[in-house]
Amino acid sequence: MLSLIIFAPLVAAIFVAALPSEPVAVARRAAFVFSLLPLLLSLLLVAGFDSSVGTLQFVEYAEWIPSLGVAYSNGVDGFSLWLVVLTTFLTPIVLLASWGDVHRNVKSYMCLILALEGCMLGCLLALDLFLFFLWWELLLFPMFFLIGIWGGPNRRYATIKFVLFTMVGSALMMVAILYLAFSHAEGGELTFDLLRLYDTPLSATEQSWLFAAFALAFLIKVPVIPLHTWLPDAHTEAPTGGSVILAGVLLKLGAYGFLRLAVPLFPQAAYEALTFMAVLAVGGIVYGAMVALLQPDMKRLVAYSSVSHLGFVMLGLFAFNNTGISGSVLQMVNHGLSTGALFLLVGFIYERRHTRMIAEYGGLWSVMPIFAALFLVVTLSSIGLPGTNGFVGEFLILIGAFRTRPWAGAVATLGVVLGAVYMLRLYKRVFFGEVTNEANRNLIDLSPREIAVMLPLIVMIFWIGLYPKPFLARIEPTTKVYLERVEQKIGSTRLAAGTGSEE
Amino acid sequence: MQTAELADAGSALLRWIPLLPLLGSAACMVCAAVGWRAATRVIAPLAVLAAFFVSIAAVAAMLSGEAALIDRVYTWIEATPLSIEAAFRLDRLASVLTLIITGVGFLIHVYSVGYMHDDEDEARYFAYLNLFTASMLVLVLGDSLPILFIGWEGVGLCSYLLIGFWYKDLANADAGQKAFIANRIGDAAFLIGMFLLFWTLVDLGQPSLRFTDINAMAAALQSQAPGIVTIVCLLLLVGATGKSAQIPLYVWLPDAMAGPTPVSALIHAATMVTAGVYMMCRLSPLYVQSEIALNVVAIIGAATALLAATIAVVQRDLKKILAYSTVSQLGYMVLAVGVGAFSAAIFHLMTHAFFKALLFLCAGSVMHAMHGELDVYKMGGLRKQMPITALTFLVGALAIAGVPIFAGFFSKDLILESAFAGGHYVIWIVGLCAAALTAFYVFRAYFLAFEGESRVEPHRAAHLHESPSTMTLPLVLLAVLSLVGGWVGLPHGVLWGNQIDHYLQPSLAALHGGEHHLAGGTVLLLTLLATAIALSSIVLAYSMYGRSLGSADRLQQKFAGLHETLWNKYYVDEFYAAVVLKPYMELSRLCWQVLDAKGIDGAVNGLARVVGGVGDGLRRLQTGNVQSYALVMLVGAACLMWVLFR
Repeated sequence: MLSLIIFAPLVAAIFVAALPSEPVAVARRAAFVFSLLPLLLSLLLVAGFDSSVGTLQFVEYAEWIPSLGVAYSNGVDGFSLWLVVLTTFLTPIVLLASWGDVHRNVKSYMCLILALEGCMLGCLLALDLFLFFLWWELLLFPMFFLIGIWGGPNRRYATIKFVLFTMVGSALMMVAILYLAFSHAEGGELTFDLLRLYDTPLSATEQSWLFAAFALAFLIKVPVIPLHTWLPDAHTEAPTGGSVILAGVLLKLGAYGFLRLAVPLFPQAAYEALTFMAVLAVGGIVYGAMVALLQPDMKRLVAYSSVSHLGFVMLGLFAFNNTGISGSVLQMVNHGLSTGALFLLVGFIYERRHTRMIAEYGGLWSVMPIFAALFLVVTLSSIGLPGTNGFVGEFLILIGAFRTRPWAGAVATLGVVLGAVYMLRLYKRVFFGEVTNEANRNLIDLSPREIAVMLPLIVMIFWIGLYPKPFLARIEPTTKVYLERVEQKIGSTRLAAGTGSEE
Repeated sequence: MQTAELADAGSALLRWIPLLPLLGSAACMVCAAVGWRAATRVIAPLAVLAAFFVSIAAVAAMLSGEAALIDRVYTWIEATPLSIEAAFRLDRLASVLTLIITGVGFLIHVYSVGYMHDDEDEARYFAYLNLFTASMLVLVLGDSLPILFIGWEGVGLCSYLLIGFWYKDLANADAGQKAFIANRIGDAAFLIGMFLLFWTLVDLGQPSLRFTDINAMAAALQSQAPGIVTIVCLLLLVGATGKSAQIPLYVWLPDAMAGPTPVSALIHAATMVTAGVYMMCRLSPLYVQSEIALNVVAIIGAATALLAATIAVVQRDLKKILAYSTVSQLGYMVLAVGVGAFSAAIFHLMTHAFFKALLFLCAGSVMHAMHGELDVYKMGGLRKQMPITALTFLVGALAIAGVPIFAGFFSKDLILESAFAGGHYVIWIVGLCAAALTAFYVFRAYFLAFEGESRVEPHRAAHLHESPSTMTLPLVLLAVLSLVGGWVGLPHGVLWGNQIDHYLQPSLAALHGGEHHLAGGTVLLLTLLATAIALSSIVLAYSMYGRSLGSADRLQQKFAGLHETLWNKYYVDEFYAAVVLKPYMELSRLCWQVLDAKGIDGAVNGLARVVGGVGDGLRRLQTGNVQSYALVMLVGAACLMWVLFR
């Protein structure tokens, strides 16, 4: 089942590649239809997912390179389930949205998006460190080309920066993976099986260094300040679809990496890093919000808002309690939906006016009311208004963080105010006032296709906002298992009970 | 702990109270999208009227023996140990607010039909107004703090949308934004208070944020976690200062007058701004546990009441006068909470909803006739052309001034009396001063606008007319309520006595040591004193503004400095701009242009250049051909695999 989900988009990519380049409509339609297949499969996965257990499900295991202890193994639990669905959900939306803005090498674009989807799914589902790393590295290629070929004028700088930042992190992570595997081999056999590596005996110093290496790779990916500067450049230059995937899923892989690898592998070190991580997270929330405020470019503004929002996600992860972590996992999905939607909306307006400068706009409400209304809903979701998805995630994260580190929870809560400041300022400058720029006077409101692109996102924004229970119910058991594992390692007994705090 | 109280009866009726206006809002949005403007004039008021009738039915059901009705709709958020149910609860306290919101709300909807008749965005207006009503009802009926918070932020959103309703003018959009952000600052404190309260309750073995549980645990909280209650109450108070426009967050409310006038009446006078007062009354068992918190509440309320009243005295914009008046009157309610007179706070909340909504709607009627002119110095003698508006405004003015038998008289007197009885003499004197100013500024406005010589500009004078009946009818009804609305709370021992206090008692906490009762003679003296002060203020206002403005002008010139300070609202906006906004902007610029661009990116790019200095070829390898670098790595790995796997 899981392999099917991973390889369906990859096979689809090959199939689309085999299609003739002209007419482009064929490639577009074919890619879109193919992308519905993984979505369908992942929905079946949700249907078959047992929400009463927190351990890995649908586990697949096959020997791959026995001499190295490398296996092909996949599994899904509450942490990866919704991220998988998010990935398969966003891909068709991205493909549909690209009909408007990608006109060169359409076929290759479609292939790369599908290939990227496959790599991300592989990464999310892998249970073997070697396999994980393989997908982790592989997905750089499609992203690299997406920005490099369809990107903006400054794309060369952006791609290099993106790849270099990521490579620095993954190089260290690779060393750490090898060290870990060989340490494990000393006491037993060589293996890259994650679940077995969880029990590798390590000294405190070893744990700290290995955790640091993994953490660096993931912190860059998230990204956490001060490692975030690749993100605004990558986002600004990337085509709309690239930005949506980048913000929607790729960044989450960093946070997911902590949940799946860094923390359970080195719980002691992770727990000791709690305060440090909380400082980084809260710093990111405030700093991202402050820098976002004055950005003249809409896309850069949204990119910095991601830095701020991912700060919440990190804060939740390092709350080490159920509300914080479950909220954080949910917030990953929420951020994918809201920020993805924001990038799509920015893309729509860019297609019309070929500028993302906020100062070029103003008074758009009277010209494009539907666009304005949808933008408003997404803005509200982004600033976490109750009733939208953003609130549920933020609320759980903040309440969890407050338990573990009251100051962190309190400062982050004030960060919610700053979020409203920059988003409302953006909204005001784009939509309110008179139309001052003649070029905007005759803009056409969203087309049915564009509305169709947005509609699923809007529905999900309200669904998770009003009825998050089905989502949380599938996350929570896994959080419990995860916390029990951490508890066992650090000798505390209060985390999984949900009341846990350090004291 | 629920067993301690009377049984809550289940009722699926409650959900319909907020749901009806919510559905109305959705319908209006559809109408707005397809251009059926006229339909919204019927849908929106009817949705609120229906909610009003359902409310009456629900209140009747509750009064037939239950302590409260409860409607558990579904489990909203569940993440151990947190579990939040989407549930509504109607008790006596909530019933007063529910009836005000749907009742007064309906009248204002009807008034809006006339007022917004010629606005092309009418449908959008009604969609927002209905959405507001729904949010406000969620706020009032919410069974737990988080559910209240949904409504709390929801009304904030609607307020933002309605203040900036005429979005083409950026000043309106700015005012809306200011309101939202000032409220959000309060909301952040509110959330922190909620978190602290929740975890403290978890530690006490009661992981719940339901009001009934919080209130039942209040005493245990105070005894087992001393100090926490005070902190929680103060944090929630900060939330209340945002929503209920108290010092230091009141600055958004005067600007909020940028919205359509019925909005000012409904949101910024009768309902939303009272949410903070309501919330504190809802948690009155918690507040009575902390004397410190109550004292802070009382001081903030009294200070706000006085400060805003002094500003209102010199303003020339009719709506601004009423806005500062609202801030001041909300100060009274907060003051009442602070001295533990919760039922008096709710009583004043109710009478204020009547007379302040009335005054705002009168202002709207004047605006309608004057084509947007609001300067009272450019009015005068309007009574001749607008007799109904003038008369109803007079009723509202008498009510707010505290003239006997009018609604405000009873509620304001009760608050001052409670302050005096509790030994809060300073607070009492401040309240009395504010009362004197209130009577003065409202009659100043009345005399300037409706009496004396006409100062209306000629091009406007020709078009002066009384408003249509959809507008005057709500005025008359509200005027009647402003007259008789206070009779439910007569002083103890007079006729049927204080019925509203009696009615609310089961929902509210009492101060430790019980009620402070004053001797009948003292009460009478206090009342006479307050009445004398109100009447002399009215006479003073008449002598200064009733006929000629000469004495007022001379006074203004004599105290030019004071006038200037008051006219500029003590320069508080300027102070905030200089101390908060500007530094924040500058810091943001610093983070972006120096830290981010020069600091981090400078380091990254510098590093790249250093590497480049080591060897150009190396540099090209690292930066130009990253994909081949990665490819080499993969190929290497593949080779290794092949070797071992073979």
